[in-house]
Amino acid sequence: MKEPWVRVVKRDEISLARKIWVRVAAILISLLVCAFFIYAVTRSDPADVYRSLVDGAVGSSRRSWSTIRDTMILLAVSLAVTPAFKMRFWNIGGEGQILAGGIITAAFMRYCGDSMPTPLLFLCMIVSSCLAGLIWAVIPGIFKAHWNTNETLFTLMMNYIAIQITAFFSIVWEAKKGSGTIGIINQKTKSGWISTSFLSGLFGKFNYSLNLIIVLALMIFMYIYLKYTKHGYEIAIVGESENTARYAGINVKKVILRTVALSGAICGFTGFLLVSGSSHTISTSTAGGRGFTAIIVSWLSKFNPFMMLLISFFLVFMGNGATQIASEFKLNESASEVIEGIILFFIIGSEFFVNYKLVFSHSNKKEEAA
Amino acid sequence: MKFSKMLLTAALSASMTAGMAFAAAADPVDTADVKVGVIYVGDEQEGYSKAHMDGIAAMKESLGLSDDQVIEKFNIPEDESCYDAAVDLADQGCQVIFANSFGHEDYMIQAAEEYPDVQFCHATGYQAASSGLDNMHNYFDAVYESRYVSGVVAGLKLAELDKAGELDSCKDADGNVKIGYVGAYSYAEVISGYTAFFLGLRSEYPNAVMEVQYTGSWADQALEKETATALINDGCVLISQHADTTGAASACEEGKTWHVGYNVGMLDVAPDYSLTSASISWGPYYTEAVQDIINGDEIPVDWCKGHADGAVMITDLGKNVAEGTQEKVDEVWDKIDSGELHVFDTSTFTVGGKKMTTTAGDDLADTYHNVEYISDDGTYFQESTLASAPAFDTVIDGITELNQVF
Repeated sequence: MKEPWVRVVKRDEISLARKIWVRVAAILISLLVCAFFIYAVTRSDPADVYRSLVDGAVGSSRRSWSTIRDTMILLAVSLAVTPAFKMRFWNIGGEGQILAGGIITAAFMRYCGDSMPTPLLFLCMIVSSCLAGLIWAVIPGIFKAHWNTNETLFTLMMNYIAIQITAFFSIVWEAKKGSGTIGIINQKTKSGWISTSFLSGLFGKFNYSLNLIIVLALMIFMYIYLKYTKHGYEIAIVGESENTARYAGINVKKVILRTVALSGAICGFTGFLLVSGSSHTISTSTAGGRGFTAIIVSWLSKFNPFMMLLISFFLVFMGNGATQIASEFKLNESASEVIEGIILFFIIGSEFFVNYKLVFSHSNKKEEAA
Repeated sequence: MKFSKMLLTAALSASMTAGMAFAAAADPVDTADVKVGVIYVGDEQEGYSKAHMDGIAAMKESLGLSDDQVIEKFNIPEDESCYDAAVDLADQGCQVIFANSFGHEDYMIQAAEEYPDVQFCHATGYQAASSGLDNMHNYFDAVYESRYVSGVVAGLKLAELDKAGELDSCKDADGNVKIGYVGAYSYAEVISGYTAFFLGLRSEYPNAVMEVQYTGSWADQALEKETATALINDGCVLISQHADTTGAASACEEGKTWHVGYNVGMLDVAPDYSLTSASISWGPYYTEAVQDIINGDEIPVDWCKGHADGAVMITDLGKNVAEGTQEKVDEVWDKIDSGELHVFDTSTFTVGGKKMTTTAGDDLADTYHNVEYISDDGTYFQESTLASAPAFDTVIDGITELNQVF
């Protein structure tokens, strides 16, 4: 009987060591391929380019903190979209929900920054940003739960509305008439800015330690919420099959609305972190595509919050390192996107070898002989 | 309480000494030890940033700096990334840091507060003087001069066409022909620019009115092309622009309409219809500022120089310009260089039917800071003499803004 030279067989199980080994091998091979690419395009030493990449991302205390800050923001958005995704509610409206939270935060900073006591100001900013994100997500949620509308399109449309509202406020609040730029809010008084100076003894003068602590706490919360709570279980069941969930006596509408509300609220909170914690302004690019990148992060991590931390870090690391490569080697930033793409390709590709194995016909014969 | 008085005196004198030491010029820096940081909003693919990159390269060559003495960061958006980039450059030991986009300014100020010993220079901004920081500076070039001269080139062309009778069908009831302008944003930098262009054009061809349409973006190829096409369809016989791409030029070549560009020559996009472009050379400023660092001199708080110092020019003339254009251009440049001709001569335009006599009124826009910009003899608006960024933000008679707010 003629057998194919190679067959693909699903693995029953795979040991942890082997899982790690496959992925490490994938990264090493991808770095090798990137090295060829770098040398072919630039004729510069790939090792130098890699060194520069690392240097750009974590080369100084300040660069490390920028990388941590950006990682935390991306992680927060990824955590936010995850419960909805696990429920198979395709929330691609993270972008708009972040902006909704950001706009309301900026409004509080502008209008109440000087008049409100700081604790009250922060309370208002946090609560209202969560609410804004929540409302932005629940609107499509209601339509999905009651009339089964397509949430992908709906959340996407909500993004455009949020972007236009942001553009509107960019004009209402612009620093100089006609310029379309708000600039830094409360630059002199710094009111409504998340301040970490009281932690400077621990982390140095420039740090985003509060962002770090808050988002890591959020990560642990999300892990427990999804894995060990009744809510998390209901989300998983609804995601697997709505009919099963209904048969098991789960109120599907309620679960959808509750989960989408949580998802939106965390996105809105991220908007607060962005505006109050780092950019101190709002513009249509404040969300910066993170609402979409977070989807990739969430999927690649298979909804595991700890994996999200790693993948967020990797993406931000590459992005921040890219600026340095562009600056040092006069490489266009597209070059680092190519590198990022190659590495991601290998990482995603390696999942195939984690889930399947290749069986070659000659090895089969050996098995038969044995 | 004598003792406390003594303490107070001591504290005062100490703070004064510190203040004086701070205000004094910095120590000279050896040329080999100079380190320069540059933050660009784009990269070599974006005309405006490319012009700055050329300026930095010219500075490097004329001062003899090596590659590792200049650290350039590309594609830095107008948000906290600019602050990150600026403080990172300061951490790397740069003594002077430049940023080239309007929205970078607040973030440069934020960084300047943190690094009082590093000089921060921001192009097109307006807050250096009012920031109260010794190490914050603004710079711009007298681009209105090159706008005016590019307007002269356009005016000569219209005059030639009119003489040949080719504009007769385009004239309105008052005998005026309409031209169009694609603007980015509706504030002084753009308004000053198109007014200078319009005045230059009218100096050669008085029977013109202009429509301005804003895009709300500095660089949007498709939108600029679309806007220019709309203006052409509206009956404009010539288009100029204050936006950074060649979108308008390609619309003009397709629509067989004359075009005056910005930043770079656009003859390769509109070989038949491009007349010239108003352009800026940033080399003189970068060279001067870095030379100041080397000498230990202070960098001017507001820097603005024009054609006489080689900072602005127009690009090569297109093949279809009117006869005698080059001679006329040379003549106008001579008059501008010598100070005989002022671009914003108040006898050449009116606002609401009246001559502009003062800018120090209460009802004026923020750019003026309630300062008198009209010269002492009352004959011209002294653009960019009190701050480097353009200040003229009044829409004069003959110009219509088609949309207002961006």
